[in-house]
Amino acid sequence: MKVLTLNFLTCAVKTCKASSDSFPLHPKDAELVHDDLEINPQLLVNVLPRLDWTALRTTSTELGFPELPEQPPSAETLEADEAMLKELHNLLVETQMMEGKLVCGHCGHEYAVREGIANFLLPSHLV
Amino acid sequence: MASPTLSSLPSSSAAHAVASLAAAAAAAATAAGEAEKADQVAEAYENAHVHGVYEAIAPHFSATRYKPWPAVAEFLRAQPPGAVGLDVGCGNGKYLGVNPSLVMLGSDRSPALVALARDRVQSLERPLPVLPGPQPVAVAPTPTAPVAVGTDVLVADGLSLPFRDGAVDFVICVAVVHHLSTRPRRQDSIRRLLACVKGNGQAAGTGGKVLVYVWALEQGNSRRGWEEGGEQDLLVPWVLKSPKPQQKKQKQPKQRQNGEPPLTESLPSPPPPPPPPTGEDGNDGSSGASHTDPVFRRFYHLYRQGELEEDVLAAGGAVVASGYEKDNWWTVATNQ
Repeated sequence: MKVLTLNFLTCAVKTCKASSDSFPLHPKDAELVHDDLEINPQLLVNVLPRLDWTALRTTSTELGFPELPEQPPSAETLEADEAMLKELHNLLVETQMMEGKLVCGHCGHEYAVREGIANFLLPSHLV
Repeated sequence: MASPTLSSLPSSSAAHAVASLAAAAAAAATAAGEAEKADQVAEAYENAHVHGVYEAIAPHFSATRYKPWPAVAEFLRAQPPGAVGLDVGCGNGKYLGVNPSLVMLGSDRSPALVALARDRVQSLERPLPVLPGPQPVAVAPTPTAPVAVGTDVLVADGLSLPFRDGAVDFVICVAVVHHLSTRPRRQDSIRRLLACVKGNGQAAGTGGKVLVYVWALEQGNSRRGWEEGGEQDLLVPWVLKSPKPQQKKQKQPKQRQNGEPPLTESLPSPPPPPPPPTGEDGNDGSSGASHTDPVFRRFYHLYRQGELEEDVLAAGGAVVASGYEKDNWWTVATNQ
């Protein structure tokens, strides 16, 4: 699972969605791999306004990446900033969480990630 | 809800009894306000007659699902670059690479299908490797093969989706909602899809779009013979044919039920032939199944004309467009 994906995920438990504690989910015992992929600058620039930057900063720090700037770059800045493009490409697209758990900060439920696939099926008492 | 139809399922198996039980429980619960109990019964039924089946037939099913529906592909190609979309019930992920300028997140209830979709995502992320040995000369190289690097998949239930509200630009949900066994659950699933897209509070029709595709009751041109006024809740068999090498290629029906032409049709040098094509139900044992091949029965609710739009409205959505394509009804919805 990509770090980019994590920016769109929250807890699958209905009663958690209203709580700000449920987003972003917190990686635990995460095994990361780096996958060399071709950079697509336009995709990064286009996706930028769709990201929750604050959540991305949290995730980035939790996964041990260098701290991201407090504010997201503007599209123009990002387009011209090759280093920033590479950094975001590395973090969002090339970094995969292969094993570990994603923990909801509201209910504490842990979702398993195995072989790069996160499983959000809930036990019946949480549905 | 259209519960009377459940009691006349064309099946003499235990599934019939379960379905009747589900319908009875649903009716009773509605009266008694025990929606939760009815939901549990419906869920158990869907576990047996949808989730369990897909888990068991995943590789075989996947091998018959390789060509996108034209209306769905068109919808995906119309999205602006960088748009983020969901494919809820993505199966083997056949829609994930249709428009590589998008970020597509696929989810499915079946871990086996998601594993297949993941393999597909990995192949989409990279340009085709140059294989050693002679290359087929007839295939022109594509120097700038588009690469879908923003694609991912996960396992989730359509009624408990893990996506934050209003986070994405669009959703597709193809051949999924008709597997839910009660109308409240089908409407609820559409409500969940609408919650994922941007646009709450905007003028109707301007927010993120949700494309829903379901099987139609009206299939006058199909050999299945389903038509207006017919049974809407059915158990449709899937025969898990054992692999037979070089199986009856010439016996493939000329016109297939779901309009999926063979992928290899236009390719000059054929890769290994695809398995015998089947329609959404084409695999009903009428051609070439041996009596030892296991049969799985999947629950379907066949939508009658106008019903999908009714469900969208009941889910709090607005209908932007709708239509019929090859035995399916489709609707594009937004939040009101």
